[in-house]
Amino acid sequence: MTPSTAHPDRVEGWNRPPIIEPDGEGELLEVAMGPHHPSTHGVFRMDVALDGERVIRLKPVFGYLHRNHEKIAEGASYLASMPYTDRLDYFCSLTNNWSYALAVEKLVGQEVPERAEYLRVILAELTRIQNHASTIGFLTQEMGASGTPLMYAFREREKILDLFEQLTGSRMMCNYMRFGGCRVDMSAALLDEARKIVAGLPGFIDEFEALLSTNEILMARCQGIGKLKPELAINAGISGPMLRASGVDYDIRKVDHYGIYDRFKFRVPLGDHGDVYDRYMVRVLEMRESVTILEQALKDIPAGPIMDPKSKIRGFRPKPGEAYGRIEAPKGELGFYLISDGTPNPYRYRVRPPSLINLTVLEDMCLGESVADVVVIFGSVDIVLGEVDR
Amino acid sequence: MLGEGILKGMAETAKNFAGSFVSKERLTTVEYPEERIAPAENARVFPFLVYDTENWEAGLRCVACQICEKECPPKCIYIDKSKDKKPDYVGKQQFYPTRFDIDISVCMSCQICVEVCPFEAIKMDTQFELATDDRFGGLLLDREQLAKSNEYYHEIHPTEASEVDARLAEEKAKVVAKAKAAEVAATKAAADAATKTAAPASPTQAKPEGGQD
Repeated sequence: MTPSTAHPDRVEGWNRPPIIEPDGEGELLEVAMGPHHPSTHGVFRMDVALDGERVIRLKPVFGYLHRNHEKIAEGASYLASMPYTDRLDYFCSLTNNWSYALAVEKLVGQEVPERAEYLRVILAELTRIQNHASTIGFLTQEMGASGTPLMYAFREREKILDLFEQLTGSRMMCNYMRFGGCRVDMSAALLDEARKIVAGLPGFIDEFEALLSTNEILMARCQGIGKLKPELAINAGISGPMLRASGVDYDIRKVDHYGIYDRFKFRVPLGDHGDVYDRYMVRVLEMRESVTILEQALKDIPAGPIMDPKSKIRGFRPKPGEAYGRIEAPKGELGFYLISDGTPNPYRYRVRPPSLINLTVLEDMCLGESVADVVVIFGSVDIVLGEVDR
Repeated sequence: MLGEGILKGMAETAKNFAGSFVSKERLTTVEYPEERIAPAENARVFPFLVYDTENWEAGLRCVACQICEKECPPKCIYIDKSKDKKPDYVGKQQFYPTRFDIDISVCMSCQICVEVCPFEAIKMDTQFELATDDRFGGLLLDREQLAKSNEYYHEIHPTEASEVDARLAEEKAKVVAKAKAAEVAATKAAADAATKTAAPASPTQAKPEGGQD
C-alpha cells in the first residue's frame, strides 16, 4: 500500500539512561499497577513482576467495569440495545452504533438509503479523528507531557463533539443510527458546519505533528519500545492501528467494503517497526486519510431519504438466523454477533471488542522492558475500559 | 541537533499562547456559571410530558398506553393507568396516567421513549442543572414535575415542535372531517329512513363529539 511512515532515526546525541538490570538473585518485586493507577485509563490492573527494573511477568486483570452488557441485551429488544452500545467504547459511540446496526441489517436483510450511508461514513470518520487525536493526547500525557498535547487534541475534539450534539442531541452518547438508516437528517447548515470543521483539520494535524512528531522526548520514549511482531499480531487477532503499525495491511474498510467505502479513495498507512512510535505515527496518518474520506463524502453526499421505509421501530422481530456485522472502528475490528430465534429479543448477543483483544498481547510487548515503559506501551494500545469489560 | 523538535513544539505552543491574546477564536472555553453557551437545539437531557391547555392535569397528551414504559431500556418509567377516561386533543375519550414517574437517576437520556410514543406526549428537555441533595425523592420526578407546556416545548425545540404541531393539527383535521362526514351520512340516512318508512331513527346514528364531562 502506502510507503511506510518517515521514521526518524533514533535521537542522535542521546542515550537511554542505564536501568537497573536483573541480577537473577533474590525475590521478584511484585507490583500491582492499578486499578486506580492514573495511567490505566479507568479501572484496569496489571500485576507486574519486576527483577531490577525489568518486567519479568505481567498479568492483566480486568472486569472491574463489567456491566453485563451482553446479558442485558439478550433480555431487551433489539432497539433497546442501541443506546447501550454507546456505552461500550464511549469515545466512539457512532461507530459502535454503526456496527450494531450493520449486524441487525444483515440479520434481516435490510437496505440502507444512500444518504444515510454517506452520513454514517461522515460521522464514523469524524469519530475516528477525534478518537485518534485524544488517544495520542493521552499517550503523551502518560509520557509526562502534562496536558498540552491533550488539550490541543481536546480543543479539536470539542468542535467535532459540538457537531455531534447539534445533530444527535448528545455529545458522546449519540444513539444515532437505526436499523435501516439514521434517526434524524443532517441539515444543510450542519453539513456546512461539518465542511468548516473538516477544512480546519489538516491545519490541526500539522500543528499536532509539529508539536510531537519530531519531539526528542517522545521519540526517545517511543522508538524501539513495545515491539509487536506481525506474526504474533496476526495470531493474537490484533486489529486496527496496532496491527497496521506492525506492517500488516489489513483494514476492514478495504477488505469488506462495508457501507460505501469502495467509493472513496484513501490509503492505509502501515508501520514497519511495530513499536510505540509506529503506532503513534499510523494514527496521525490515519487522521489525514480520514480527512480525505470526509472531503470526498461531504462533496458527494446526495439528497434523499435517510431511513428505509420498510423498517419499523416497534414490534421488530427478525426471522430465526444469525449474523455477524463488523466494521473498522477507530480501535480495531468491532463486531456484533447476533442469533435470532424469532422473538423480539436476540437469543445470543456477542460483542467482539477490539480493545480487549488488543490487550491480550500486552505481556508479550512489555516483557523485558523497564517498568516506566509499561505505561507508555499500555497507552499505545488505545483501550477504553467500557469496551474491555463491557 | 538535539532539542530541535522540542523547540519546534515550543514555538507552536508560543504561537497559541500569544494568539489567544489577539484572536478571540482561539479562546475555546467560557467561564461557566457566569457565562453560558445556549444548548444545541437538538440537545436532550431528560424526558418531560407535554400538555396543551392551561391546566396541566387535564391537558396532558399522555394516554397511559404504557409503550414507553415497556420500551425504556433501563426501565425507569412507572405508569399507572386511570380507571376513567377523559377527552384528548381531538375530543376522543382516552385513559390518562394517574401516576407517571421517571427515575432520572436511572434514565440514560436515550430518547427511545420519545421515538416510540405514538401520541407526541413525551419529549426531551434541555434542562441539565438538576443536582439535588435529596438522594431518593429528588431524582424521582412525578407527573406534576414532568408536565411542561407546549409553549415551553416550542421554546426549547422550535423546529421540532412546529413539526409536531403541524402533524397533530393534520390528524385533528382528519378526525374532524371524518366525524363530520359520518354525521352528515348518519343524518342523511336517518332522514332517508324517516321519509321512507317513518320508522324511529336508526341506532347507528353518529355519537356527538366527545367532551360531555
